[in-house]
Amino acid sequence: MPIILSHVSYVYEPGTAMEAPGITDVSLTVREGEMLAIIGHTGSGKSTLIQHLNGLLLPTEGKVFWNGRDITEKGFDRRAFRGRVGLVFQYPEYQLFETDVLTDVCFGPKNQGLSKEECTERAREAMRSVGLSEAYEKRSPFELSGGEKRRAAIAGVLAMQPDIMILDEPTAGLDPGGREEIMARLCALRDGGMGIVIVSHNMDDVGRYADRAAVMEHGKLVLEGTPREVFRCEELLRGAGLEVPELTRLMRKLSAGGLPVDTDAVRPEEAAASILHCF
Amino acid sequence: MFTKITLGQYYPADSFVHRLDPRTKLAVTLLYIVSLFVANGIVGYALGAAWMAAAVILSTVPLGYMFRGLRGILFLLLISVAFNMFLTPGEVILSFWVLQITREGLLQALRMAIRLTLLVMGSSLLTFTTTPTALTDGMEQGLGFLKVFRFPVHEIAMMMSIALRFIPILMEEADKIRKAQMARGADFESGGLISRAKALIPLLVPLFVSAFRRASDLALAMEARCYHGGDGRTRMKPLKYQRADYLVYAAAFLLLIAMIFSRRFV
Ligand SMILES: Nc1ncnc2c1ncn2[C@@H]1O[C@H](COP(=O)(O)OP(=O)(O)OP(=O)(O)O)[C@@H](O)[C@H]1O
Ligand SMILES: [Mg+2]
Repeated sequence: MPIILSHVSYVYEPGTAMEAPGITDVSLTVREGEMLAIIGHTGSGKSTLIQHLNGLLLPTEGKVFWNGRDITEKGFDRRAFRGRVGLVFQYPEYQLFETDVLTDVCFGPKNQGLSKEECTERAREAMRSVGLSEAYEKRSPFELSGGEKRRAAIAGVLAMQPDIMILDEPTAGLDPGGREEIMARLCALRDGGMGIVIVSHNMDDVGRYADRAAVMEHGKLVLEGTPREVFRCEELLRGAGLEVPELTRLMRKLSAGGLPVDTDAVRPEEAAASILHCF
Repeated sequence: MFTKITLGQYYPADSFVHRLDPRTKLAVTLLYIVSLFVANGIVGYALGAAWMAAAVILSTVPLGYMFRGLRGILFLLLISVAFNMFLTPGEVILSFWVLQITREGLLQALRMAIRLTLLVMGSSLLTFTTTPTALTDGMEQGLGFLKVFRFPVHEIAMMMSIALRFIPILMEEADKIRKAQMARGADFESGGLISRAKALIPLLVPLFVSAFRRASDLALAMEARCYHGGDGRTRMKPLKYQRADYLVYAAAFLLLIAMIFSRRFV
């Protein structure tokens, strides 16, 4: 089921001295089976936006639809909805609390009312698909490394088996190997039919993995399209405080140097093919 | 849930009252409270109200804010009014069932209500116009003389300012943790007392872990900058009285004297 945001605005602490616009008039559709990347300068409203996708924040203005229903309606079961649309926050420290990783990963399914065996089974499966081996099951989540904590946190949401999973900066603070692995695993989930939304500051990742990208600037959605389309608008991105991927920049330099390459290439395979084509 | 609590409730502005030295504001608020207790008649309360009105106008804090502060004590106010009204012996003017309202009781209740309202407005104005940091700075310097009696003024002020600095951070963090757990289906709102208390575990554990981590980071950062207690420590911005401060002090003493005289007009 797609999630549809229709003209959503959100204001923080309205009516006080601390009033601040979070997002303004954003319309966006999130679908299953594709990876959507939300990019934007710091403070542009990305985190505010994604919290509307699972009903943690309810719009000050506008509507959010899921499965043909308005999620802001009274009587809409938002708790069950959050099991269908999983959200992983940026800091795994905010959610890990149990004595061992397996129990912690079980927390989500347990809240969904599943039996103990089913919880454990789902938790094991989720841990496997983020690359945490059985050896981690009995370890304390507080003794894991940053990257391992991140995986445990993702597993904790994945174990609820959502249709759509949203991740706020899932690769921040990871080494290149860890980043690549997490992204590859998210792609595998997407290929399995899950909808993935990531907030990312890494344009190379966005170009390489995402199917669609949405650009936020000052709380507004200013651009949306495939990474190819989005990164073509270099001027607009500059204005929003963003850059194009390294790769695209390289292609543009090559082209300026006289090599007739595809200047809109955003994936390494595309770029390589286009360069080889010149010789 | 947590975002609703405004602690310290500072109202950012650049007014006459905001610019006053925190020591002045502390001492003057104290004098104001004392004079409210000295007052015992209509003249005294009118003086107190006029003082309050002038202070609010000079502070540019909107009236709505001032009254919002009163909402918190509404219950207390009602109870004390009711107790005074019904339980003061004297000339009965109204009675039903076992309750009797006396003339003395009614007057006493009215006095109580005015006094409490003015008192709370005065102290909330102090917190509206003074940042918590300035407040603890003011206390540390204003109470510096207590050091002679080996009272750990600096240590207490330091603890207070650290606590005040971290309360909003921890509240924000608690809000984020709550959301992260709600995204995993945690339910903080329904259920009985015991299940609600149990539901807090996923919130409190990460919060405590983070608070301890912050505390140890802070201690390290303070040591790295050679903090070793208050002895010989100088300030970047030492508090200094300006002319306005002396003026306000004088006005506050005048208020107190006027209050003492107003007792004759009851
Ligand atoms: N709890 C809050 N209270 C008040 N204002 C807030 C709050 N959270 C965010 N804001 C404001 O809303 C705006 C958008 O913030 P948001 O966190 O969505 O940005 P972001 O794009 O996620 O930034 P980053 O890349 O740094 O994570 C910012 O201007 C911020 O100051
Ligand atoms: Mg963010």
